Amino acid sequence: MDFKLSALTKSIWVFHVSAGSCNNCDIEILDLLTPRHDVERFGIQLVGSVRHADALLITGAMNKKAVVRMKKIYEQAPKPCVVVAVGQCALSRHLFRYSYNVEEPLDKILPVDLYIPGCPPKPEAMIDGIVKLVNKLKSKK
Amino acid sequence: MSHKVIVPIGPYHPLQEEPEFFQLYVEGEKVVDIDIIIGYNHRGIEKICESKHYDQIAFVVERICGICSSSHPYAYVLAVEDILGGEGAVVPERALYIRTIIDELQRIHSHLLWLGLAGHFIGYNTVWMWAWKYREPILDMFEMITGNRNNYAMFKVGGVRRDIKEEDLPLLNKTLDELLPALEMFRGAVMDDPVIQARLKGAGILTKEQAIEWCVIGPTARASGVNIDVRRDEPYGALLLGTIDWNVVLQKEGDVYAKTLVRIFEMQDSVNIIRQCLKKLPNGPIDADVKDIPPGEGIGRVEAPRGECIHYIKSDGTNRPVRHKIRAPSFMNVASNKVAAVGGTIADATITLAAVDPCYCCTERVAVINRSTDKKIMNGWDLIKLSQEKTNKIKEMLL
Repeated sequence: MDFKLSALTKSIWVFHVSAGSCNNCDIEILDLLTPRHDVERFGIQLVGSVRHADALLITGAMNKKAVVRMKKIYEQAPKPCVVVAVGQCALSRHLFRYSYNVEEPLDKILPVDLYIPGCPPKPEAMIDGIVKLVNKLKSKK
Repeated sequence: MSHKVIVPIGPYHPLQEEPEFFQLYVEGEKVVDIDIIIGYNHRGIEKICESKHYDQIAFVVERICGICSSSHPYAYVLAVEDILGGEGAVVPERALYIRTIIDELQRIHSHLLWLGLAGHFIGYNTVWMWAWKYREPILDMFEMITGNRNNYAMFKVGGVRRDIKEEDLPLLNKTLDELLPALEMFRGAVMDDPVIQARLKGAGILTKEQAIEWCVIGPTARASGVNIDVRRDEPYGALLLGTIDWNVVLQKEGDVYAKTLVRIFEMQDSVNIIRQCLKKLPNGPIDADVKDIPPGEGIGRVEAPRGECIHYIKSDGTNRPVRHKIRAPSFMNVASNKVAAVGGTIADATITLAAVDPCYCCTERVAVINRSTDKKIMNGWDLIKLSQEKTNKIKEMLL
């Protein structure tokens, strides 16, 4: 296993980007950190800068103004970096696919590694998703 | 010669809410001007609504903001019911009570969320964790009543979609009873803690005249002594019936401390409203089964946790509105930062910008840039650290 990849599976630091979501996914992500779910016990931590991030948690249907900045954010992330699409908007643009200002779903813009569906996904679903991702990375030789 | 620097805040930030972009112009430590740039979250919802029929729109407007996800559908159904002759004429009594219960529960969860984040900004992470811990039972109540933690899908034209079951009532009442001591603790923590007082009193003052001039609404206005509350001025839901006792919470100072107090007292008030509603919950249908919307115009106003939320609907008699206009509360409140934050220090800017609850918290992506060289001086964490260091300094001085 690649050294960098094996380091990634130990304790994932996530950077959360709200790319035009309705905040529900965002507050559920924050909810992960608070006493009931407390993902910090697994080493998962929110970081303040994308340059420290192992994973990008992206929520929301990206509008035209956000797409440009989203690409820049991804370029700034240290690689290998996993991209997680959280919520229905990031997966398929949800009902905003009818909007004049939302042109492409996330996976046409960035390589997405993990999809977590739901509007919003429950915190349990997010933890489950991250665990699956870590297991998948570990099985990669 | 003074040295002017720009501090951009946002647009992407790891905490919550709409991506907004603030540029602070600073001279040394002092904020001299502020620019607000929005548009990172524009999804064309008003246009989407015109292509949906009346039942579907309630779900669309729910997704404007996840924290106010009952205020927007509520304002929307009020607007449609305005065309039909008013909420009181259309909606069954039991549905009115259920609507108020959901609306007030949402106020508690939103204010707790804000309280936690405000605590985080001034360096009290314990407040953050505790506030969010006590927020979880509220979300459980939502899940019990509506089936989802967020995005409740409760409102429809003419009533509500789900009933509150008789067997759930004891647990709902118990959860509310357990919440009251927690709120009392928060009130004590804010009012008795000398450090919080020293940190928040006098920070980001918005006087009554400024509040009126900048048209702020909701808790931001009430903290400055402006006596407005849609729930009293144009009652809706169970408050329409006049059977519920409650008060409009007012403070005079207009600083961050007053805004915090207003929100804490409002939560206690909301708990009282919900308990009265649960006690007086009448039997009967929950839906009036509205079929056709006649041509006409309607306006719905709801006191969202952040202020007055207005929806306007124009109908031409078909099953889709011709025009749907939405005015969210933060739109009015965010601009008031222009006066509240200017004149303060950068360390205070974080909490001042957050105090109007524009779902702000952009600070994590902040970077101080020297205008002439474009060199980064500070990133988002540094700004929060600055704010937290100031709290620590005050703590040491007081001890």
